Amino acid sequence: MNLTETQDQRALRDQARGFLERRYPISRVAALADGDGFPRQGWEEIAELGWTAIGVSEGSGGAGLGFAEEAVLAEELGRALFPGPFLATVILALPALAADLELQKEVAFGRAPATLAWAGPDGAFETDRFPVGVGRGARRHHLYGSTWFVPDLALAEIAVVAGEGSQGPGVWGVRLGGDGVSRRDLPTIDATRRLGALFLEGAEGTLLAEGEAAVELLDRIRDRVLAALAMEAVGVASTALEMAVQHARTRAQFGRPIGAFQAVSQQLAEAYVEVESARSLSLWAAAEVASGHGDRYRVAAAAKAFATEAAVRTCERAIQVHGGMGFTWEHPLHRFYRRAEWILAFMDRPTGLRERVAASLLDPAEVSEGDG
Amino acid sequence: MDVRDSPDEAAFRVRLRTWLAENLPEGWGTPGFAEPAGPEGLAFRKDWSRRLYEAGFIGLIWPRAYGGFEAPITHQAILMEELGRAGAPDHASPIGLGMAGPAILAHGTEEQRRRYLPRILTGEEVWCQGFSEPEAGSDLASLRTRAEIDGDDYVITGQKVWSSFAHDADQCILLARTDTAAERHAGLTYFILPMHARGVEVRPLTQITGEAEFNEIFLDGVRVPAANVVGEPGQGWTVAVTTLMHERANLAVMLTVRLDHALNRLIALARSTRRGGRRAADDPMVRDRIAALWTDIQALRVTNARAMETIASAGVPGPEGSIVKLVWADANQRLTKLALDIEGPYAILSGGEHAIQDGLWQRLQLRSRGNSIEGGTSEILRDVIAERILGLPRSR
Repeated sequence: MNLTETQDQRALRDQARGFLERRYPISRVAALADGDGFPRQGWEEIAELGWTAIGVSEGSGGAGLGFAEEAVLAEELGRALFPGPFLATVILALPALAADLELQKEVAFGRAPATLAWAGPDGAFETDRFPVGVGRGARRHHLYGSTWFVPDLALAEIAVVAGEGSQGPGVWGVRLGGDGVSRRDLPTIDATRRLGALFLEGAEGTLLAEGEAAVELLDRIRDRVLAALAMEAVGVASTALEMAVQHARTRAQFGRPIGAFQAVSQQLAEAYVEVESARSLSLWAAAEVASGHGDRYRVAAAAKAFATEAAVRTCERAIQVHGGMGFTWEHPLHRFYRRAEWILAFMDRPTGLRERVAASLLDPAEVSEGDG
Repeated sequence: MDVRDSPDEAAFRVRLRTWLAENLPEGWGTPGFAEPAGPEGLAFRKDWSRRLYEAGFIGLIWPRAYGGFEAPITHQAILMEELGRAGAPDHASPIGLGMAGPAILAHGTEEQRRRYLPRILTGEEVWCQGFSEPEAGSDLASLRTRAEIDGDDYVITGQKVWSSFAHDADQCILLARTDTAAERHAGLTYFILPMHARGVEVRPLTQITGEAEFNEIFLDGVRVPAANVVGEPGQGWTVAVTTLMHERANLAVMLTVRLDHALNRLIALARSTRRGGRRAADDPMVRDRIAALWTDIQALRVTNARAMETIASAGVPGPEGSIVKLVWADANQRLTKLALDIEGPYAILSGGEHAIQDGLWQRLQLRSRGNSIEGGTSEILRDVIAERILGLPRSR
């Protein structure tokens, strides 16, 4: 096993951390969250960094790297609480757009934010039922239905839409400026990553995948999301832990730094243990997803369940260690806490993810001894 | 990033698996096979150790000059995994391999290395550890066993506790106080104590399970040559601590493999136990807890691999390895508790024909309470993380 970062990955991480510290300090992130949200021109700056084309093949003008590098970015973006549509555009939408070079080009190089519309009002991302369907006859690529829980929908110009087509499941690309499209913001606990509802009434779609290929594509996207959110959770938790440690070192009560009290320091040590365990699982999940290995779904599900719970708990511990200050709107901790809760709930909660893991362990006819 | 064996690692794994398949004792691992106990058990483990060594699997990362093979550290991890997977017999001297040997390698004299190291590898000499005392547990540096110089010898008097293998041991790594005037840590010296010397008495210590895995060692004026000091007099603390750090990575792999084994047995229990007309394995709460344990074990596995990589590339252990013992102890305690929950009322039965698996899980559950105490309590380990890794102010 080798999980050590490559030189490229190290350079990308350094670049990202430097850029985010400079351009997105937490004070700016907070102002954007409390104001109108992420600015459209902010995304052009991200595209110029090349982050939207990391996974695009060199033949198509991209970096020809893969998910391992996108995962590095996911962690750094989580660490900074970056408020732009990276998850929506790069993790969710881009893999589907490889089937349409025109759309792919616009998103990877033309600086158009994109997103993925898949779940219905119940928030479930399934491949055997969809809230969207197609019209009949000649209108078979005209889409009807409403999808919910669409990340950064308000910013997106292109949506990848999953639905039920004439040949079974299908995936389409839809220009959101066209006819038959309307959208609504859904008030979201984490204002740095907003959700929307997308209503399609005969909107025209470009077919990207259909039948088994569509299911495979959606499965692949789901695994990417789980692994990326696990990495992001590690980033969020790392910042919360660093804030708490910094506070415990400097805040004095009863004549000494509160970090000298074991009731405080043991909590922070436990948080460290959880964050490092989460990091191990997330690195492994990212490597499995990057390699396309058959076990990637189970690993990504386990990593997302563990890492998001660890992130939520770490934020809660950090808030507790900060005392009254941690309970104020002014202190940025609640923003990390909100992001952690957002990640935990999106796509599938830990109990649901662990049930998938349990099924793989408990339901096959034969359990192989000593596997793993 | 790569989560699979390199070609070289894969070849080593295959060679090891093949050897194990051909050399494990006949009937090993089947329900009817009982590992011999007492003196026969010791002879059995020594024989197994010698054969493992002669096949080239013990002393993988030790220098050739002292009987080792100078292989990459990843081979050592693979060895632990495969021995665990096969449920192979234990080496006769884990304390020798894991603690005494590395200490002598790092701090011993050339003469000590040639005298002791080869016999550790072959299992010919069994080692035990004499660190903890009744009044010195977590606060090890407060230990009171005295070693006073007398001519070419030290004369050692005191009491040690929680010493596994002491009843079979030929040698003991012993921490004793040689300077009562010095600061606590500075007055300690690391000795090699021959267990057959006059004045050494070993008494088994019956533990919470009713078994006696550990011993007390009583030392009454035991004469030990000054040549048996490892490192310099007064450097005992450094010798003990530095060698412990390096060996923790190997121990961690072994603990993780055993935990994985225990999870497989727990899964078998959940699948075969019926309650209220359905399998325990169909109870959503049981399923959630099993999946969480599986996840914890995978986290341990990857954390171990990360720690190995840090040692391989930086030469010293990184901070990530410090979390393994904590996670492992908690996971094993949760695992054994879940087994008793699955057994339901049968959790009360400890043996006899109606007890499940002859009371195995009842013993394992009680034994698991020691996990967060032995080898550093969880509280002490969290203190170490808080101070050394997070940089929080000292609490004591």
